[in-house]
Amino acid sequence: MDGVRVLSKRFFPLGLLCLFLLLLATMPLYAQPYLVILLTTVFMYVVLTLSWAIFSGPTRYISLASAAFFGVGVYLSAILGQALPLPLVIAFGGLVSFILALFIGLLTLRLRGMYFIIFTFGVSELIRHFMLWWETNFTGTVGRFVVAVDQTAVYYVMLVIFVMTLLTAHLMRRSKFGLALRSIGEQEEAALHIGINVTHLKAITFAISAFFMGAAGAIMATRWTYIDPSIAFNPLSSFMPVLMAIFGGTGRLYGPILGAAILAFLEEVLITKFTYYYMLLFGIILIVVILFLPNGLVGLFKRR
Amino acid sequence: MRLLEGRGVTKYFGGLSAVFDVDFDINEGEIVGLIGPNGAGKTTLFNLISGAHPLTSGTTRFKGENITGLRPNQICKRGIARTFQLVKLFGNMTVLENVYLGSLFGVSRKINGSDAMRLSLELLEFVGLSAVGAIPAKELTLANQKRLEVARGLATRPELLLLDEMMAGLNPAEVAQAMELVTRIRDKGITIFMIEHVMKAIMSVCNRIMVLDHGVKIAEGTPNEVATNRKVVEVYLGE
Repeated sequence: MDGVRVLSKRFFPLGLLCLFLLLLATMPLYAQPYLVILLTTVFMYVVLTLSWAIFSGPTRYISLASAAFFGVGVYLSAILGQALPLPLVIAFGGLVSFILALFIGLLTLRLRGMYFIIFTFGVSELIRHFMLWWETNFTGTVGRFVVAVDQTAVYYVMLVIFVMTLLTAHLMRRSKFGLALRSIGEQEEAALHIGINVTHLKAITFAISAFFMGAAGAIMATRWTYIDPSIAFNPLSSFMPVLMAIFGGTGRLYGPILGAAILAFLEEVLITKFTYYYMLLFGIILIVVILFLPNGLVGLFKRR
Repeated sequence: MRLLEGRGVTKYFGGLSAVFDVDFDINEGEIVGLIGPNGAGKTTLFNLISGAHPLTSGTTRFKGENITGLRPNQICKRGIARTFQLVKLFGNMTVLENVYLGSLFGVSRKINGSDAMRLSLELLEFVGLSAVGAIPAKELTLANQKRLEVARGLATRPELLLLDEMMAGLNPAEVAQAMELVTRIRDKGITIFMIEHVMKAIMSVCNRIMVLDHGVKIAEGTPNEVATNRKVVEVYLGE
């Protein structure tokens, strides 16, 4: 009898997850189109936050470069969308973001703390302004049109990206690399001295996290259908994952997911009623969380 | 066999020479002490050996191989481990995880998880921390934290262990235990180079002692020779 109880304890969360994923996968069949579109947006935020947390969670290097990686995906979608089939476009979005992150990582990951944060923010802004300058002076357009894709297809693609991100995050956490990443966040100098190639590990993890952001950007662009540098590289795409991860808590895998889901729904509810004030509320939430709930929602549940 | 060799080791921070033209040899099986007043450059010398800082000039060789300019993770894999003056443990991770990380990443050859785990448990036993394996490292007493840092260093399978003021902040009973641990490490075949201020410990356990002052080596020899060296006495008592 004990065996059954132990078995059910281990497989219960997994079973629940599978059920939940099945529910999500079949949504478009019976849910309103509005809900499908809303869920796609929620998936986007969850992917951004979860992939942000893959790197920034354990290493505690707060990256504000998410907008750069997301935007690269968006732009590639606009540029390649007419020439290549959708799966390739998304793969390219992820791949180019991966390479960009590797490059940025090897350059900047010598910086620590506040310097790293500001630098990543600077990189995002640099790319945004560079694209604006390039588009204005060389390609002669400021905005671009993106090949539209059926909303249901967008939903399914985002769902797949979400599952892939979740799987990657889970596997990394449990692996020896996940442990090494945490040690970098705890005492980077000591981690270096016990043989961990800190530079390589940081760069690769940063790149992996960027891959999913790029892929998400590539598919989301097809929903917006019109993009320009300010839309693609909107700084908010850098700030929101940080806010959502802090709110949800980075200590557990579900923290960023929960935080992103709740705040994404909240944004949707508030943006129509308080178009100008909803960001203020988010700012207040961030302050309250940092003051009273430093480990986010995860901390709240752990205490219970 | 000469394990570690330094020639003309020099480090400038801006215009200040923290370590200047220091030569040293550490032979296999020795316990060598490094003493000197505060600010003498002892920890800087360790930082230069371990790769934490690049040398301004000079060379360091380990087992005949030139290790000058290598990064700390590369030097660790070649067989040099160290502890830090201010303990740098992975505080929010368990005692076992701290050691486990060392055994996983500190060796040059691939090691699988279960072997690494077995080695880690053995090491916890060796330093006497078996009972607290599951506790977050930050919750240990200072003496135990220092032992954990030693265990973590040993997990990387070093041939040379650099101990930076391992006995600082310990009471006399803890100092005695630490000294005993140092001897047991040497008996395992690991060479030790240790910075210490606790004179009793250094004098009783070391084969040889080096003395630094203002970044320069001012004396070297057996504990007795160093204790009676006039320059050393002056530097410590400020005559």
